[in-house]
Amino acid sequence: MIVRFTLNGRPREVETEPHRTLLDVLRDTLGQLEAKEGCAEGACGACTVLLDGRPASSCLTLVPLVEGRRVTTVRGLERDGRLHPLQESFVAHGAVQCGFCTPGVLLTALWYVEKNPGADREQIRQALGGNLCRCTGYTKIVDAIEAWSRRATAEAGP
Amino acid sequence: MSGAPDRPDLIGQRIPRHDARDKVTATIAYAADWAMPGMLHAVVVRSPYPSAQIRRLDAARASAMPGVVAILTAKDVPHNTLATDVPGQTTTVGPLRAHLHVLAEDRVRYQGEPVALVAAETLEQARAAAEAVEVDYEPLPGVFDTATALAPGAPRVHEAGNLLAEWRIARGDVAAALAGAAVVIDGEYETSFVDSGYIEPEAGVAWIDGDGVVTIRLATQVIEHYRDVAEVLGVPQNRVRVIGTYVGGGFGGKEDVTVEVYLGLLAWKTRRPVKMVWTRQESLLSRAKRHPYRLRYRTGASRSGEIVAQQVEIVGDSGAYAYLSALVLLYSTVTAAGPYRVPNVAVHARVAYTNNPPTSAMRGFGAMQVVFGYESQMDRVGAALGLDPVHVREVNALRRGDTLPVGQVIETHVALPVLARRAWDSLGEPTPPRAPHVRVGRGLACNLQPYGRIVWLHDWSSAWVGFEMDGSLVVRCGAPDVGGGQASSLCQIAAGVLGVPLARVSVHISDSALTPLSGTTTASRQLYMSGNATLKAARELREQVLGVAASMLGVAAIELDLVEGEVRARDGRTLALKDVLAGCARASVPRSRLAVYHAPAGEPIGFMKVGGPDMAPHTPQTLAHGPAEPGRGSGKVFPDYTFGAHAAEVEVDTETGVVRILKYVAAHDVGRAINPTSVEGQIQGGVVQGLGYGLLEEVLLDEGVNQTTSFASYLIPAAGDVPDVQPIVCESGEGLGPYGARGIGEPPIGPPAAAIANAIAAATGARLARLPMTGERVLRALGALDGKDG
Repeated sequence: MIVRFTLNGRPREVETEPHRTLLDVLRDTLGQLEAKEGCAEGACGACTVLLDGRPASSCLTLVPLVEGRRVTTVRGLERDGRLHPLQESFVAHGAVQCGFCTPGVLLTALWYVEKNPGADREQIRQALGGNLCRCTGYTKIVDAIEAWSRRATAEAGP
Repeated sequence: MSGAPDRPDLIGQRIPRHDARDKVTATIAYAADWAMPGMLHAVVVRSPYPSAQIRRLDAARASAMPGVVAILTAKDVPHNTLATDVPGQTTTVGPLRAHLHVLAEDRVRYQGEPVALVAAETLEQARAAAEAVEVDYEPLPGVFDTATALAPGAPRVHEAGNLLAEWRIARGDVAAALAGAAVVIDGEYETSFVDSGYIEPEAGVAWIDGDGVVTIRLATQVIEHYRDVAEVLGVPQNRVRVIGTYVGGGFGGKEDVTVEVYLGLLAWKTRRPVKMVWTRQESLLSRAKRHPYRLRYRTGASRSGEIVAQQVEIVGDSGAYAYLSALVLLYSTVTAAGPYRVPNVAVHARVAYTNNPPTSAMRGFGAMQVVFGYESQMDRVGAALGLDPVHVREVNALRRGDTLPVGQVIETHVALPVLARRAWDSLGEPTPPRAPHVRVGRGLACNLQPYGRIVWLHDWSSAWVGFEMDGSLVVRCGAPDVGGGQASSLCQIAAGVLGVPLARVSVHISDSALTPLSGTTTASRQLYMSGNATLKAARELREQVLGVAASMLGVAAIELDLVEGEVRARDGRTLALKDVLAGCARASVPRSRLAVYHAPAGEPIGFMKVGGPDMAPHTPQTLAHGPAEPGRGSGKVFPDYTFGAHAAEVEVDTETGVVRILKYVAAHDVGRAINPTSVEGQIQGGVVQGLGYGLLEEVLLDEGVNQTTSFASYLIPAAGDVPDVQPIVCESGEGLGPYGARGIGEPPIGPPAAAIANAIAAATGARLARLPMTGERVLRALGALDGKDG
């Protein structure tokens, strides 16, 4: 079957079996390797993408379900070759160690903080519940998200 | 001829890692991201039984299935015995003879043991064929706990018996000291099977390169396993190349071989590129775990709190194969009395085979399980004598010049009293309980963790540092980067010495053919070992280049400095670096340098002596170590140790038993923090892994059958399960690494479980002695539940 969707702002059309997951199609058909497979059962969050702006486990999303929808991966965050400020914040705060969970964590954080601009550290931690990280212990991830959130909120003004 | 001393301007700077940008944009190609034209997909056929005879194995039907290119069983493997001795750049492994079969022959000994390999055009075809491989198993009686395994008449996991290794230390007169002690505390503790739980499953791609070299690109902590692949294939070691990727987490789980031998075999047989990616279920099922321990402590102390005796019994579960169990147990034996001066010590440690999943290296490597024992005991001694937790540790802390029970003299500064005091005080004002049924309490736990390899392994690392003609810098080093910032630290060291901006440094790592070999990214050794090799290479290169600049300027090299891409003389004259490099070419002086760093070496100590009738050197998996022979050897086992002190404030819900960490402070003397951000990251990450060990994680086995083969049942901490971890980085400058750095990869995982147990005891009076400290176990300890702990 043919499935059409928008990937990082570009229209895409793929011919696929209906039982394939979005993760497989992204990685194997479209060569978008930024979504990672950590568990293939929606428990680790490494495969997180934004589906119409909301986090989804692409390993559990059958590809026909994205027909006509917007899919965003971490590659969709850069603008004109410049990192998104949240990505900059991750780099500056040492929130990245092995990096395998990072794409998924970034997308979940982006969604959550944009929706909840004044979120505190505990709320950020709860929001990241579906994205496992084994390296950082999360403190510096929360540091990076909080710092970006504060700056974004300040820039947006009262 | 040497230049002015280099100024380590970059040392101690919070520099963003060179790979961080590539990781936030996901442009790093991890092992599973690789693909080759004409690539096959491979899977492993695994035993569903923990103990069984293979009566018949028939792959005929599977071989005929669509897309199947190869099915390999034991008889197809040129040399089916794989040594699992210490890998890496070691020249002596002592008496270790740990082996296993690459593919099972007539017997399987744990659930998940590899029996056959299937390669097909697609992954779906490979999986279908794997299902169709017919294996006729006859289940055999197994042993699933160490007490049964070591009892007379137990079913034998291996022919030579179930006792895999045994170590003893005897120092002083423990019985007399206990008899004279003011207080004697008895404690039994039980730790659990846990998994490394990295987010990136094991993966790799292999191919035969144009020159006929078997090339394997995979996620590994040890590129030196190319030698094991060569041994299995029966080809010279220089015909196998391992390219290590940036690794998506290791923690010891990617120290032993994972996919490389299977991939090497399949590429060799099919002459096509082959990919293998393990599923999470497969990883949790079959990868080596941390050894569960049963610990028995008897601790005697004087009225003023001095520990006068420690009597320790350790029994560990090796699972079905030896891997690194004997050495894990050695780490436990050496550190069993903790970071304290104890005049009378008896340690008896054993590790036994069972039909459980194999256990091997995991962050902390045996020096970590025992912390739960000795720090629980220390707390109980303090409580029995009415001593403050910090004070009882101050009284006993090791100092420079003290001797460990094994006979090793501590040669560097021990900051333990300062660390304990700072960690404890940093908890600040006590948090009031938020409800009547909630209790709040605080606990302290200290530890020591070796860094660097056992001295009789004669460890070494090498690194190459060179200038390009344009003045940009290249570092080549075989060290795998598992996410700890291993490669980035090397850049920082080389750039600092050679006065090159970090943006002008490239680092090439982890390639057994093209980068100088540096040994394993294990044992908290990479900054220590490869950092020293890189520092040495960079300093020697600096001398070479400044020597040429000195002739060009007609001054002594001591007058010169290398800063920001130019040579500066004291008299104010400067030379552009690229002009000096051109001068090097004219003077036939190389603009690169290869350096080797050798760790302090030593001979095996007395109790390493092996022999006797129970030693069966040619039987796979059999190791036996004789009793200690006091007085033999120097007693030096490890190059040095890293010390730490952690303080936790926890709340215990007496209705649910749930323990929540309110505050956590972790202090370590890291010698010198090359990159403080990376150091803090190691501390915070290690602590949270330790909190998972203390509160959540447990591989559950039912007669050897794994019940926790998904992240839905094997729980690792999520962000909401843990608090912010406050690191305290203490810098004594006393380490053996570059600029006095100590290893910090493993040490932070040691204390958390004990710190929590001690905090629970302070909050409730209940002593938790079994890990993980789940709500159920806490309620049981509070007397709120009846019945046996399940």
